[in-house]
Amino acid sequence: MFHDNKAVRLRKEVLARVARAFFTAQPDDTLNRIPLTMRPKGAKDSSRCCIYKDRVVLKYRSMAALGFSVESETDELKPVSAYFAEALQRKTPTLPVLTVIDEACSACVTTCYTATNACKGCLARSCESVCPKDAIEFRNGKAWLNPDQCVNCGLCMKACPYHAIIRIPIPCEEACPVGAITKDPETGRETIDHTKCTYCGKCLTECPFAAISDLSQMVDVLQRLQEGNAVAMIAPSIIGQLPGTLPQLISALETLGFSSVIEVAEGAEETTLHESAEWAEKISEGERFITTSCCPAYIETVEKHLPEMRPFVSDTPTPMAYTASKVRKIAPEAVTVFIGPCIAKRVEAAKNPDVDYVLTFEELGAMLVGADIDVFECREAMDRPTPSREGRGFAASSGVTHAVKAVAPGNAALEPLLVNGLDTKTIRQMSLWATKSCPGNFVEVMSCEGGCISGPGSMGNPRLVKKQLDELLKNSPPLRSKPISTYRLTNIDLNGTVSRITGEFFNESTGTQNSRSTDA
Amino acid sequence: MKKVTVSICTGTTCYLMGGAHLLTINERLDPSTLDSVEFKGAHCLGLCSNESNGKPPFVKVNEHLVSDATLNKVLDAIRKELKEIQHVS
Repeated sequence: MFHDNKAVRLRKEVLARVARAFFTAQPDDTLNRIPLTMRPKGAKDSSRCCIYKDRVVLKYRSMAALGFSVESETDELKPVSAYFAEALQRKTPTLPVLTVIDEACSACVTTCYTATNACKGCLARSCESVCPKDAIEFRNGKAWLNPDQCVNCGLCMKACPYHAIIRIPIPCEEACPVGAITKDPETGRETIDHTKCTYCGKCLTECPFAAISDLSQMVDVLQRLQEGNAVAMIAPSIIGQLPGTLPQLISALETLGFSSVIEVAEGAEETTLHESAEWAEKISEGERFITTSCCPAYIETVEKHLPEMRPFVSDTPTPMAYTASKVRKIAPEAVTVFIGPCIAKRVEAAKNPDVDYVLTFEELGAMLVGADIDVFECREAMDRPTPSREGRGFAASSGVTHAVKAVAPGNAALEPLLVNGLDTKTIRQMSLWATKSCPGNFVEVMSCEGGCISGPGSMGNPRLVKKQLDELLKNSPPLRSKPISTYRLTNIDLNGTVSRITGEFFNESTGTQNSRSTDA
Repeated sequence: MKKVTVSICTGTTCYLMGGAHLLTINERLDPSTLDSVEFKGAHCLGLCSNESNGKPPFVKVNEHLVSDATLNKVLDAIRKELKEIQHVS
């Protein structure tokens, strides 16, 4: 599906309106009016049967934008403002991170094959001949597929010379790599099985009715920003996701209320160094291969669907984990906020006490809109530490491989394999690698095709983003050229936690943080 | 020769609402007409503050305002302006 469509725009509009309401004098009234403002009396552009149904769906969208599962509703009369009040009281973000807006789900028909009126009722009738179940009848001279007999084998579709037989899929079920979203047989609407869901977000981007939503932590963060000690940890994939340059965006974040901003690319350097060391060690010990560990949707996939892969997943902490662990050590009281393109990172964060909140780029965009901050008008933040090309390269598919290759000792022996996007096929393939043989010894896994830059919470155009990223990488120093002393290399203890602190993180930030770092 | 001026608003609102994707427009334009079109990186045009202007993202093609802009809407507007230029000359 083309990812700048009306459904996506509607979802973002709700986010922006909720964020804007936060900054108004009467947020309650503004919030309660969102459905009416977006579908006013007499509006001609209802996307469903009528504006009244649209308004109900918009109310549920607002609920999700405030971080509440639509499934959790107990009182239909409860206004959006009441959810807002609850969100402000909330101490920790809510799980699960995905919700189905059942009123918005159009209850697509079960995946099936059907004959269209392009059927000519030809003499050959090869559809009838190939059907193993005798499911094709001819009614009024045209083919008709009997749903009681059809087994969805698709042979008739392939046989028809007129392309008159089509397959009607269910987009969300089709997109889900692990069969976690299925129909409720009673209502026909989709439900998510959270024991199977990997939170990759593919259903969210593929549903043409935008019926699947993530639970936003936007309001939680906006509230905590007022405490004045929030640290923004920006993912390498932030390049090109918002207007303006990276230094402008950093000062936009400071204007929004973050006390300091750190590029997770610096944590990615740690991941690179440790992962390459781990790879060399494990291969020398006779292990067949290792896989990367930085993609949280992949980790969920291994946990829930690929247990045979577990021994091969690298123990190296993710760039987010390294970054957050450092921030905690330097500033234990800080509110840590990871900002990235990823929904599954919320699940990773829930398991990591060092990360308090996770925002998507979309949410960050909405928050900047709400606070009336134009990134292009912001000054450029000065004297920032420059993360290396390898660390920043984590943003796109094959970036981790390049990074590990660049620092791996004896890198000639590295035989990389790339899983660029998880789907049913690649998952099956990986299962074979784990149980039988693997054609490489270093497997990079990205749940999203193209890598993080095309994540479900991204906002930029993936192609333009890739161009901007390549440009940035050209102008970033290689990791090897960095003085090794600033890294104070490799002291991971057995629990995988970092036992050292680099002082360089907070080089340019506020004095308080620096003094804390000397305390630490 | 007179050129068609295209200003794609890159204010945060427009960028969020799909302006980011509109920046690929030069790839969609007929190469022979590329010389007659000038793309201007526009700072926020300030149009989103007034709802009567319509919905973001906004694009200005000469004096013509495209709201709730999509690649196709903008391409249409550019072609229309190009025709007028050819008509005059």
